[in-house]
Amino acid sequence: MFAEASTVAHEALSSGWFLEHAFLIPVIPAVAFALIIFFGKKLPMKGSELGVLSMVASLVFSVGAALQWINRVNGATEEQYIDPVIRSWTWWNSGGFEFGIGQHIDGLSLTILVVVAFISSLVQIYSLEYLRGDRRYTHFFASLTLFSAGMLNMVVAENMIQLILGWEIMGLCSFMLIGHWWEEGANSRAALKAFFTTRTGDIGLLVGTSVLFFSANSWTQEHLGVSGFSIRGLSAWALSGNPGHAAITVGAVALFIACIGKSGQFPLHTWLPDAMAGPTPVSSLLHSSTMVVAGVFLVARLYPVFFEGMNIFGSGVNLITLIGGITIVIAAALAFVQTDIKKVLAYSTVSQLGYMMMGLGAGAWMPAVFHIFTHAFFKACLFLAAGSISHSASHHSFEMKKDMGGLRKFMPITFTTWIISTLALCGVFPFAGFFSKDEIIDNVGHNGYQVFMVVGLVGAFMTAAYMTRATYLTFFGEPRGASAGESHDDHGDAHGEVHGDAHASHGPHESNLLITVPLMILATLALGAGLFNATPFGESWERMTKWVEPRSVVVEDMDHAAVGETRGVPAAIAAGAEAPVGEEPHAAEGEHGGHAKSVCGTSTPEKGICNAPQLQHAPFKWSKAAMSVIIVLVGMLISWLISVQMYTKKSGFFVGLTSRNKLLALGYRFLVNKYYLDHLYEKVFVHGIAHPIAKAAYWVNQNILDGIVNGAGLVARRVAGWVYRNVDQRVVDGAVNGSGAVARGTGNVLRPVQSGKVSQYGALLFAAAAVAGLVLIIVNT
Amino acid sequence: MLVNQFLILAAVLFCIGVYGVIARRNAVMVLMSIELILNSVNINFLAFALRNGSVDGHVFALYIIAVAAAEVGVGLALVLLVYRNRKSIALDELSEMKG
Repeated sequence: MFAEASTVAHEALSSGWFLEHAFLIPVIPAVAFALIIFFGKKLPMKGSELGVLSMVASLVFSVGAALQWINRVNGATEEQYIDPVIRSWTWWNSGGFEFGIGQHIDGLSLTILVVVAFISSLVQIYSLEYLRGDRRYTHFFASLTLFSAGMLNMVVAENMIQLILGWEIMGLCSFMLIGHWWEEGANSRAALKAFFTTRTGDIGLLVGTSVLFFSANSWTQEHLGVSGFSIRGLSAWALSGNPGHAAITVGAVALFIACIGKSGQFPLHTWLPDAMAGPTPVSSLLHSSTMVVAGVFLVARLYPVFFEGMNIFGSGVNLITLIGGITIVIAAALAFVQTDIKKVLAYSTVSQLGYMMMGLGAGAWMPAVFHIFTHAFFKACLFLAAGSISHSASHHSFEMKKDMGGLRKFMPITFTTWIISTLALCGVFPFAGFFSKDEIIDNVGHNGYQVFMVVGLVGAFMTAAYMTRATYLTFFGEPRGASAGESHDDHGDAHGEVHGDAHASHGPHESNLLITVPLMILATLALGAGLFNATPFGESWERMTKWVEPRSVVVEDMDHAAVGETRGVPAAIAAGAEAPVGEEPHAAEGEHGGHAKSVCGTSTPEKGICNAPQLQHAPFKWSKAAMSVIIVLVGMLISWLISVQMYTKKSGFFVGLTSRNKLLALGYRFLVNKYYLDHLYEKVFVHGIAHPIAKAAYWVNQNILDGIVNGAGLVARRVAGWVYRNVDQRVVDGAVNGSGAVARGTGNVLRPVQSGKVSQYGALLFAAAAVAGLVLIIVNT
Repeated sequence: MLVNQFLILAAVLFCIGVYGVIARRNAVMVLMSIELILNSVNINFLAFALRNGSVDGHVFALYIIAVAAAEVGVGLALVLLVYRNRKSIALDELSEMKG
């Protein structure tokens, strides 16, 4: 009953099977999830093989589609708009509303698809070893697979409804995965916190989607023949000059609130570090490519809406840059006081997401998307390395100060991959992070946001410093605690009984191949992924910019093709994928003389539609790059010297500094308590709002309602007294005594019915309803 | 028109639900059966909404889903409390009547 509504192919643009069938990418893991849930426990590898296979299949499909997309771009002319491959089916249609489901495949979605499928595959392979023997092994793989399916579905989404579906699947799965070891109270609390915090933001998603739908629907129906949920429709609508200022601003702000919640931006970042309670592969997947990237992806996906709604390029500061900038600095500052290695990485993720948001807010679309791409590899690698340490060296402890140190001798592979990823994260020259982070900082400055460029540089300095501290504590110095062979039971986590015993007898050692091979692959990419868009080496190296960035050209061939189309679908959308390419649209193309030069984003197009705003690219200068690399190296050096002083020599100026200086002690306490945000939410919002309401309700109950009831009772008693004396005693008693005898008789007859058995009552209820139904039918006919 | 098939499906679901409510001893299973009944009603609503081409049936179905969620929440809370007090959720053991 699903009818194919519309598909896309442009005249000279090539397509291919993988591109046309990209909607299968999320379907494969979704099917695998169902199979694992129902049959997983009976399979030889307890369902994990299905998870791994489905992710690898998704990866193959994504890579195939990406290659065909590159082919499509290379076949197009320089000034041509590359149509995304859109397919959509209607699955709900009533009363003029129409919900579709389908795919919207362009450079952005393919980038994220490849990254998500790739990281998910590696994480699943890693989990084969990391969770070996876990009591909910099958369920873990089922949730992990569905988690990836949710993200992939969100990325291919053709419209907002489908996007919300993927978004919420991820919310649910993150709850299940963070609380995987729910026997421990802290874990299930962390899961609840993650769920509720993101749900708070999700209200914005629903509000924003509705606001945009009701503002845009009539325009998109008229001009593009698609509903107001469609991503393509919303993008074109935002740039058409048609939307009112209020509507698009409210819509963009509401959607951005959802992104703040999901992507852990200030002030809703508090759930992300607590999400470390889940197994390490989950943290790795959640922090690198899925879940937290969802918010950034939404901003990048509906960029025209945010571009117009937030007035990017228009003023010195806007909400997105502001939130992003604040997040970079406050999260990096928090990373300094953590002793848990995963929490350092978690705050680092929050900080890096701040970079992406800041870049998007300042009009640096391509660098921000490229940072999603590179960040995924090195952050996944760092988390998996942390997992490898806890798995093989520190008896499932993540405490750097207590249980690690000196591990570089025991775990050479983990150490090397960690160092490569750390350098990539800090943005040292040949590593991946340099090419993306430096581009963000550069473009933010170039687009007139100088203050935020400084924030970015400060963030880079802090990143270098806290990562050096974490590296020093973990891999250098002398082994401490569990790594030194001390056994202590206070770290026996929930899975320790089945999991930890094997390691109890021997000291730190390198993990086995299932763990180290994913690490090595990711480290290679952390080293080399930057070359996909290496701006410093000249324009021919800017491959991602060419393939991914949507071209801001005015598409003019829309009125022409609407003739003869039943739903008024313009040629750009209506030329069926199965139809031979280059028929009708070609004619349209010829008459209108192709595409005009872009005015998108700067002014309203007079004719035709825009699909992407015109963005600027900062010219690359080695001097600027050298400055940021020097800042990073200085940060590393200072941090290294302080770390040696504090943690190894345990002497000198820095040891006990916070206990000597009151101001610093205050700052330290402020950081350790995470800016008291958790206290704020817990004490002020939860206690401050919920409790007064409860108290007020109690007061009303006690004083007003009880007063009424008591008063009524008093009156009733007076009346009753009179009635008793005059009516009851004389008139009624006689009648009652008579009827009593009758009632006893009936009671005896009916007593078996009142059995107290619920199911018999139910049966009576349904029988009576059936009789009543029969009576109704007979009366009515 | 597919409406007939929908109605038959709804009737079958309804009967399964009624059977479950009457025959099952486990309180959770009874709650699940009630869900089946509610959903069969939903299917009826949707089938008629489809036939009449109006949105009312869809809206009603959404309301029923919301109410059913609340109902299960209350129901499961009851079951939990009963279990805590009596260490059993078999419905036929719940009767305290002497007769």
